[in-house]
Amino acid sequence: MSLSEQQVSQIAYLARLSLNNSELKDNTKDLNAILGLAEQLGAIETDGIEPMAHPLHMTQRLRADVVTEVDQSELFQSIAPNVGNHHYLVPTVIE
Amino acid sequence: MSIHTKTIAQLAQGLKDKEFSSVEITQHYLDRINKSDLNAFITVTDELAMKQAQAADDKIALGNGGILTGIPYAHKDIFCTQGVKTSAGSKMLNNFISPYDATVSHQLNQANLVMLGKANMDEFAMGSSNENSFYGDVKNPWNKNKIPGGSSGGSAAAVAGGLSCFATGTDTGGSIRQPASLCGITGLKPTYGRVSRYGMIAYASSLDQAGPMTKTAEDAAIVLNAMAGFDEKDSTSAQQDVPDYTANLNDSIKDLTIGLPKEFFSEGLDDAVATEVMNAVKEFEAMGATVKEISLPNSAYAIPTYYIVAPCECSSNLSRLDGVRYGYRCDDPKDLEDLYLRSRSEGFGAEVKRRIMIGAYALSAGYYDAYYLKAQKTRHLISDDFKKAFADVDVIMGPVSPTTAFDLGSVKDSVSMYLADIYTLSANLAGLPAMSIPAGFSNKLPVGLQLIGNYWSESKLLNIAHQFQQQTDWHQKEAPTNV
Repeated sequence: MSLSEQQVSQIAYLARLSLNNSELKDNTKDLNAILGLAEQLGAIETDGIEPMAHPLHMTQRLRADVVTEVDQSELFQSIAPNVGNHHYLVPTVIE
Repeated sequence: MSIHTKTIAQLAQGLKDKEFSSVEITQHYLDRINKSDLNAFITVTDELAMKQAQAADDKIALGNGGILTGIPYAHKDIFCTQGVKTSAGSKMLNNFISPYDATVSHQLNQANLVMLGKANMDEFAMGSSNENSFYGDVKNPWNKNKIPGGSSGGSAAAVAGGLSCFATGTDTGGSIRQPASLCGITGLKPTYGRVSRYGMIAYASSLDQAGPMTKTAEDAAIVLNAMAGFDEKDSTSAQQDVPDYTANLNDSIKDLTIGLPKEFFSEGLDDAVATEVMNAVKEFEAMGATVKEISLPNSAYAIPTYYIVAPCECSSNLSRLDGVRYGYRCDDPKDLEDLYLRSRSEGFGAEVKRRIMIGAYALSAGYYDAYYLKAQKTRHLISDDFKKAFADVDVIMGPVSPTTAFDLGSVKDSVSMYLADIYTLSANLAGLPAMSIPAGFSNKLPVGLQLIGNYWSESKLLNIAHQFQQQTDWHQKEAPTNV
């Protein structure tokens, strides 16, 4: 199976990346080569094998549901591209 | 012996004996960094370093110094450092001044170390040659036309080039061991969960692990003592006691059983590298160790498994970089979608985009089972191979990289670059600790020996490596840098 330029363009969009024509050509070639490598996995018998979710098969540790963070919103927003009134500003979404 | 050839242990002794001060050795390293053309650093924190050195000298004068007090090091630019640019080698974070410290950064500050600067690296740790950095290629101190390896290429070049006493690194698929091997230094990737990932910019969270890159195994033990430990801020941090990693360095290894996986010595391995690796194994035999051939039958599938699992995790992790809260934002976005699309397309480099797209595809509806689930099952098989092997042997040895350092710019396609990761990926997929130690030279370029241990066997690995370094002097060879 191999990906067409149109499919690669769709994948790029899903990942919120835009590719120009030459990038689209290069990536179609590269992604197909990488997926070609991944096809090797088809040769392995994995029926009944559990997928490995954690290298040490540990389960997620839980903590008490209490507030531990102090409010540092000013510090965190000081490095944002655009803020106003404690909000992160982006171009208008709804007119 | 000049300052920059001394180990941590030697510098610590000199500081204690008032042979020199931390300010003096820090200035010595900063002068060398200034004159160097290896491009090992993204940011040099000279003012901060001198301040930390003065504070360290004050502590030592009061008799309050520890073994790491006043030792200068290079910090991989993947660790968040409060008030200092943390770029992860990317244009995306070129303007990112971290508002907080990674746990590792905090631990190293607590140890009163002196941070010389932030080391160059492949963008978001994706790469094996350090050619994927927004800040330019790093050169190998042994030959400036060669790659230093990656992704911790700046860290390895800084230590090998005498620009820092040691460095931090991170290893997702070999990013500590491979550059350590290609630059002729000692590098340790601990067991997954041993060192906190909090504030260490994530690439593939189930594989990422930080560790020391040093001149010797003894130094690696000293640094690991400061880095290791449980951290409640990291949900996958291990609640496992931290031993003193220097305590067993001098244990005898005469009863050691070494496993050599036949798959690590087959087609694709450069003959000269194989010879150096086997000479190192013979050195262990001479020290009384027993050598056994073993098999890791699924290790050949480590490449396709890794290059599905890691991109899937990266496509998820890097979705946070959207030009809204921090990092790069494109000029004059016309709407929200344009802001996302252009900020990400202009901010990420080519290899990062490739891996994000592979991950996005492999996780998408209809393909998840065929790629991601299949790879996670194969990962289980790869891990089980090690379990069986460690029933019979104490340590697994083999090459780190199939060749010595190759020419800058010589490997042009991604798949060829990926194939060179064949010997390092399995340890990450299984979560096992592994090291690279200097084991010889081929064509005046360093060759590393890989040691893979069972879970939580860092002490044993460091002991084995230290014993080897008592019998050999590969780790003392000095790179011909012109600084």
